[in-house]
Amino acid sequence: MNNPYFDLLMWARGPAFNIALFIFVAGIALRVVEIVALGRKRDLAPAKGNPVAQGLKTIFTRSVPRKGLVAYAPITYIGGYIFHMGFFVAFFLFGPHIAFIDGLIGVSWPNLSRVIIESAVALSVLALFALLYARMADPVRRALTTFDDCLVWLLSLLPMVTGYVAVNKLFGDPTLMLALHILSVELLMIAFPFTKLMHAVTFVMARYYNGAIQGRKGAQS
Amino acid sequence: MKPMLPELMQTHGVSRRRFLKYCATLTSLMALPPAMMPRVAQALETAVRPSVIWLSFQECTGCTESITRSHAPTIEDLIFNAVSLDYHHTLQAASGHAAEAAREQAMKDHHGKYLLVVDGSIPVGDPGYSCIAGISNRDMLKETAAGAAAVVAVGTCAAYGGIPHADPNPTGAVAVSEIIKDKPIINVPGCPPIPVVMTGVLSHFLTFGVPKLDDLGRPAAFYGETIHDRCYRRPFYDKGLFAEGFDDEGARAGWCLYKLGCKGPTTKSVCATVKWNGGTSFPIEAGHPCLGCTEPDFWDNGGFYRPLSVPAGDFRKVGLAAVAAGAVAGIGGGMLAHRNRAKAAAEHEEVDAHDLEKPS
Repeated sequence: MNNPYFDLLMWARGPAFNIALFIFVAGIALRVVEIVALGRKRDLAPAKGNPVAQGLKTIFTRSVPRKGLVAYAPITYIGGYIFHMGFFVAFFLFGPHIAFIDGLIGVSWPNLSRVIIESAVALSVLALFALLYARMADPVRRALTTFDDCLVWLLSLLPMVTGYVAVNKLFGDPTLMLALHILSVELLMIAFPFTKLMHAVTFVMARYYNGAIQGRKGAQS
Repeated sequence: MKPMLPELMQTHGVSRRRFLKYCATLTSLMALPPAMMPRVAQALETAVRPSVIWLSFQECTGCTESITRSHAPTIEDLIFNAVSLDYHHTLQAASGHAAEAAREQAMKDHHGKYLLVVDGSIPVGDPGYSCIAGISNRDMLKETAAGAAAVVAVGTCAAYGGIPHADPNPTGAVAVSEIIKDKPIINVPGCPPIPVVMTGVLSHFLTFGVPKLDDLGRPAAFYGETIHDRCYRRPFYDKGLFAEGFDDEGARAGWCLYKLGCKGPTTKSVCATVKWNGGTSFPIEAGHPCLGCTEPDFWDNGGFYRPLSVPAGDFRKVGLAAVAAGAVAGIGGGMLAHRNRAKAAAEHEEVDAHDLEKPS
C-alpha cells in the first residue's frame, strides 16, 4: 500500500526539484551570460566622472523612491516594498528554508520565530492583492497587463499561501500540503528565468549599467 | 472452557478498580466518548477469549518484542493473555509439526471467528525467499486468512511492506493488503508499533469490532494527528529554536530536531502522547529525530538525517551541470547575436529619398 501524498512529496523533493533546479540555474546562466556576451561598443570619449563608483552606488540608490512618487502612487510603492520585504523575510529567515539553503550550498544563518515569519507572509499576501487591485483599477496599467504579469503574480502568491497552510495545517493532509508548497516553489523556479521574475537578478546589472553611463558623463543617476 | 478476563485478573492480582481505570484510559485512547467506558469494561469482561493466530513473515521480531516488553504484570499483559494465542512462532512452546498442527486445529475449531495477526511483509518475487514448514508466506497467509474474522497487520512491514519493501525491494515484498482483499484489515504500523496501541486495537475489535480507519487502513484514534502537532518540542519550532547537531547546546536544551531530519511534521502517530515503556519516553524525547516509521516507504524518504525541506535527490551534480549548460548556451546565444548583427551590417544598403518613393 502506498501513500499517494507521500509519493507526491518524494517526487517533489526528488525528480521534480532536479528538473526545476536545472531549468532555474541553466536559465539564469543563459540569460546573464547572453547579456554579458552581447557587450557594448567601447566608449572612446574620456570619462568625466567615475562610472564604476556611480554604477555601484546606483544599485542601491534606485531602491529609494524619487521624491513625490510615493504620494503619487502610494499603493504601488508601499505595496511593492511590503511584498518584497515580506517575501525576503519569509524565504531567507524561516528555519526550514535556511536548512534548505544549507543543504544546497552549505551556508546558513540565524532564523526568526514563526510568528514574525507568518506576519511577514500575511502582509506580503495582502500587498500582492493591493497591487493587483491598483493595477486593475487603472485603465492604462490594465491595458498594459499581459498574461506574463498575471502568471508572475500567481506564482509569487502560491508559495506563500501553500507554505502558510502547510505550516499551520489549516486544511488538507500535512504531507500533501507540504508537497504542494514545494511544487509551487518549483513552478516559480521554472518560470523565473523566462518571465519578469528575472528582474531579481538583472536589476543589479541594469542599475549598474544605467548608473555607470551617467557616472561616465559626470551626471547624477 | 478457557478462563475469562475476571478470572485472569484475579490470577494476576489486578483489582477491579485498576481494571476500570484501564478501561477509562482505553476509552480515551480510542477517542470514544466517556459514556462508552462501561461498555468497554463490559465487553472486555464478558468477551469469550477469541482465538488469535499470529503469523510472522519477513520481519525482525521487533513487533513481538514490543508487545511482550511491556513489563509484567501490566494490564497490557492481561489483555494479551486474555486472548487465546493459539499460534505464534516466538511465544509458543510447540515447534515443528506440533506447532503447525496447533494452527490448523485453531483454524478448524474457530473458522470464521478467529483473529489473524500478521507481522512482516510477504515476498512475492520468489516465494522461496521466506517459508514456514515448507509453506511459502503467501500461501500460508491466504490459507489462514480464508477463515479469519479480520486481519490485523502489525508493524510497518505487514501494513505497508516496511524495510523489506525498501528500494530496490529484492524479494518483491508486499503488504498484507496487497494479497488479502476480502477481509477487513486493520493496519497498525510502526517499527515497532507502541504496545498499548496494539492492545488498544485488539480491545477495540473485541468491544466494537473494526475501528474507524483512515485512508491508509490505520485506526483513526491512534493515527489521526502528526507527531509534530503533539510534540513537546513544538514550542521550540514555533520560536525558531533548532538543534543543529546531536550534541550542541540546542540539543541539550531540548530544542526542535527539525534540522536534524525529524519527520514528525509528516508522520501520524500517538508516540508523543502515549509514549513507550509505560509512558516513559519516545524517540524525540530521547534526543533522536522521528524517522516517520508509521508511514509507507519511510525507509526511502530521502535520508533519515536530511530535513524535510531539503531535496532528496543528487541536486549538486544537477546544479553544476545546469551552470555549465546555461553558460554554454548563453555564449552560443551571444555569438549568434554578434553574427546576426555583423550580417545585418554587411547586408545594409544605403538608400535615399528617391529609392524610398519607388514602388516596391
